[in-house]
Amino acid sequence: MGAFCFPILSVLIYVPLLGAVTLLFVRREHGTYIKGFALVISLIEFALSIPLYFYFNEKTVGMQFVERAAWFPEWGITYFLGIDGISLLLILLTTFLTVLCVLCSWRAIETKVKEYYITFLFLETAMIGTLCSLDLVLFYIFWELMLIPMYLLIGVWGGPKRVYAAIKFFLFTMAGSVLMLLAIFILYYQFYNATGTYTFDVLQLYNAHIPVAKQYWLFAAFALSFAIKVPMFPVHTWLPDAHTEAPTAGSVILAGVLLKMGTYGFLRFAIPLFPAAAHAAIPIISILALVGIIYGAIVSMMQPDLKRLIAFSSVSHLGYVMLGMFAFNMQGLEGSIYQMLNHGVSTGGLFLIVGMLYERRHTRMIADFGGLSTPMPILAIFFMIVTLSSVALPGTNGFVGEFLILLGAFRANMLFGILGTTGVVLGAVYMFWMFQRVMFGEVKKEENRKLIDLGKREVLILCSVVFFIVLMGVYPKIFFKKMDTSVEGFLKFVKERNAYYVASEGAPVKVVLDTLKKPAE
Amino acid sequence: MDFTQLTSNFRWIIPETVITGCALLVLMVEAFRRSKGASLASGIICLAGSLVALYYARCLWNNNVTTFYGLYVIDNFGTFFKFVFLIILILISIVSMRYAAREEIGFGEYYALLLLGVLGMMVMVSSNSFITIFIGLEVMSLAIYILCGLLSGNLKSAEASLKYFLLGAFATAFLLYGIALTYASSGTVDVKELAWLIKEQCFDFTYVFFCGMALLIVGFGFKIAAVPFHMWTPDVYEGAPTSITAYMATGVKAAAFGAFLRVFYTGFFPFIEDWSAILWFIAVLTMIVGNIIALVQNNIKRLLAYSSIAHAGYILVAFVTGDKVLLSSILFYLMVYAFMNIGAFTIVMLLGRKGEPNEEIESYAGLAGRHPFIALSMSIFLLSLTGIPPLAGFMGKFYIFSAAIKARYYWLAVIGVLNSAVAAYYYLRVLMYMYFKEPERELGAIDLSPAYVIVILISIAALLYMGILPRDVLLLAQKSVSIF
Repeated sequence: MGAFCFPILSVLIYVPLLGAVTLLFVRREHGTYIKGFALVISLIEFALSIPLYFYFNEKTVGMQFVERAAWFPEWGITYFLGIDGISLLLILLTTFLTVLCVLCSWRAIETKVKEYYITFLFLETAMIGTLCSLDLVLFYIFWELMLIPMYLLIGVWGGPKRVYAAIKFFLFTMAGSVLMLLAIFILYYQFYNATGTYTFDVLQLYNAHIPVAKQYWLFAAFALSFAIKVPMFPVHTWLPDAHTEAPTAGSVILAGVLLKMGTYGFLRFAIPLFPAAAHAAIPIISILALVGIIYGAIVSMMQPDLKRLIAFSSVSHLGYVMLGMFAFNMQGLEGSIYQMLNHGVSTGGLFLIVGMLYERRHTRMIADFGGLSTPMPILAIFFMIVTLSSVALPGTNGFVGEFLILLGAFRANMLFGILGTTGVVLGAVYMFWMFQRVMFGEVKKEENRKLIDLGKREVLILCSVVFFIVLMGVYPKIFFKKMDTSVEGFLKFVKERNAYYVASEGAPVKVVLDTLKKPAE
Repeated sequence: MDFTQLTSNFRWIIPETVITGCALLVLMVEAFRRSKGASLASGIICLAGSLVALYYARCLWNNNVTTFYGLYVIDNFGTFFKFVFLIILILISIVSMRYAAREEIGFGEYYALLLLGVLGMMVMVSSNSFITIFIGLEVMSLAIYILCGLLSGNLKSAEASLKYFLLGAFATAFLLYGIALTYASSGTVDVKELAWLIKEQCFDFTYVFFCGMALLIVGFGFKIAAVPFHMWTPDVYEGAPTSITAYMATGVKAAAFGAFLRVFYTGFFPFIEDWSAILWFIAVLTMIVGNIIALVQNNIKRLLAYSSIAHAGYILVAFVTGDKVLLSSILFYLMVYAFMNIGAFTIVMLLGRKGEPNEEIESYAGLAGRHPFIALSMSIFLLSLTGIPPLAGFMGKFYIFSAAIKARYYWLAVIGVLNSAVAAYYYLRVLMYMYFKEPERELGAIDLSPAYVIVILISIAALLYMGILPRDVLLLAQKSVSIF
């Protein structure tokens, strides 16, 4: 912390915003300059985020690069930023994917170019802000702020059913988050009544004593909001529509980062704030996660549309993340965080590839393709690698994550582990079947014969994706060593707090029965 | 009568005096000349008058005085509302210089009535006496009945005026009857005295007294457009000239809430259990009915009318709680609401032309492509109405619902926030037309006159300021409600 006096997090948050505001004043005729400028901003942002990795002290548990300023002292609202090992990696993922998104939109976006990049940079500000905020109000502001640019990305530059998809996305997420806002207030007044201080500071609220009966309600409100974002079964229905209709870069950022906000929210807020309720919710969440894994995989198999298929596979993959997280052991949790990154890279990669196919053929239907490896050998190689990463072949990043998650799940509950493993098999089925139908066999359609293979820009994009797939698969240590201490500290804290609640109020299960009997106050 | 005392009383009502003086002056201008130049001059007098009045209102801050033999009070609560009314008047008079000229209604009486309306509002919130409150309410209402019908030859405008007048007169009768019954049972027309009498249990709380209280709720409920007293709102808002709609939606609502707050948080506060139970239902109904009907509106003015009903519901949520500190959220919200609503109505005015109002949402299709500035401004106003951070609308809702949670009205808060999620749908629908749809017909050249642009920019700046740094205004509001 001391080594770094520069307000790096604020800079990271506001550089894209500054870029977006600057773009507002550029004349729309200069399309190439606008693209170039957005690329430069996103590269600067990426470059700025790299020192975070090196200056991050992996030996301390606490928050690092902390910035704190009074904002509304009478109400206890502070401008409070900081990151730990978990958010560090997600920030790096965000800045990396944003560069790819700007690059992949180079040709795909032809209308309203200026507005597109403004929206995108604005979105980046909101995403990084969400990951850095340690004040609940600040977090909520950034959290809600993510909605508008994503809504516009889907609605303006999306596919034919974009209006429906955009509104569905917005309403689902908003309905969840307003309830979270109320839970935040309840927490806030609860803390005030107990201690006499008004604060929205998460680190202080972690230590609040919340009666277990109340925790269930608060956890439910937070969990609903985050579960919609993840998305967990059964509130996942907005995702296939949003993914299918969004432009390529929108899908990449949606899958890569926005969904992670849900899982990150569980880790940063829902679980440590309400540890007893989180422990009591293990069976429910794990079962929903398993349903998501298996249901997502089965539905994926039947999808005729490539993007929809990948969207449902996201439901399945995020199910793993939730399963690992609620195993509440080191393997499961680390695997879960690693899987968040993996999913960002490999599903992001898949969306990029589908986007590239779509730019050439203007269709995403699997039936329209077939035998593409003949005209497009380079694409075939990249597609294969990314597909393998998505089905978790050893040597790719996916393997490390899923392996750890399943290990954790087995340790926590044998049955959950077994059921979770079936998802791996199903995953291989839908991915390989899809790959076979698209890439192998005879070229049946005339249009497909003349397809041009990847250009330099596209190879560059996919090379960087493959680089991370291999790096994360072969040498995961460089990522784990940054999060080890944080995850350990997190687990220790949650276990201790849960033990404290159990000691003070008896076993959670008993309390559940009590609350069912008496209505909530 | 002690003459020196009377003159010393007058220095407490300088803002009101300035406004009245300007109204008379405007009428004089009118008497000599009826031309475009005279209309502009009236507008400038109106604007200058409101700025001067704002300056003098600023000097009243932190003064607690009862003058005119107890009929008039100067306190921070009233002064805060005076700020709100004068800001509204400033914005409306700027906009009117263009809009009223276009609609050919901007003659002297237009500005004179605007000024008199604000005079009524100011009187209404600055008294503990039912009589003065009633006089203020009538001055305000009479001005607005006329203003609604100014679009001569326009049937909708005539209908609006007549409807508002008939129903308004009826509601005023309810209010007056409520005052009479309260007086009959307690023997006082002063709310402070009433509170004292109740505390000392100096009279029997008979049915007459409670009937009086209920009738007062009806009377105020009509003015704030709470369900089930909201029927007039959509028709009147649609038919009235748009500048007047903006003026009504913000000013009348704020004034009615001001008087409502003062009466119920002083006089009837001991009976909070009783009236808050009634208002709980009214708040829920107002939010739900307003939002649900707004979902299917195709006329932007009607949409904003139903949205204004729904917003009255949100404000009532804080009203119900009875938390005397967080009552400030109502004041803050009314201030914020003034800016976002006037901003949105300014865009509606800007897109219309004489005889061609362009009020259908379809006519907003493709606005973003052609006029990005207008579309962006409209989005900011609508998103603020939705309650998206970092705009002030979010902070307003934030404080209102925190008040509900603090007072443990959990269900009311849940219903409220879910309603604001429903509301997101219809605000986004306008956004959707502006950004996602292609226009069906050419909208033609747009009159981007400086009058509109200034108001839009002021409103956006205010919304961002109160959204990102709400502290100053909120502390001001908190100080204002410390009188209760």
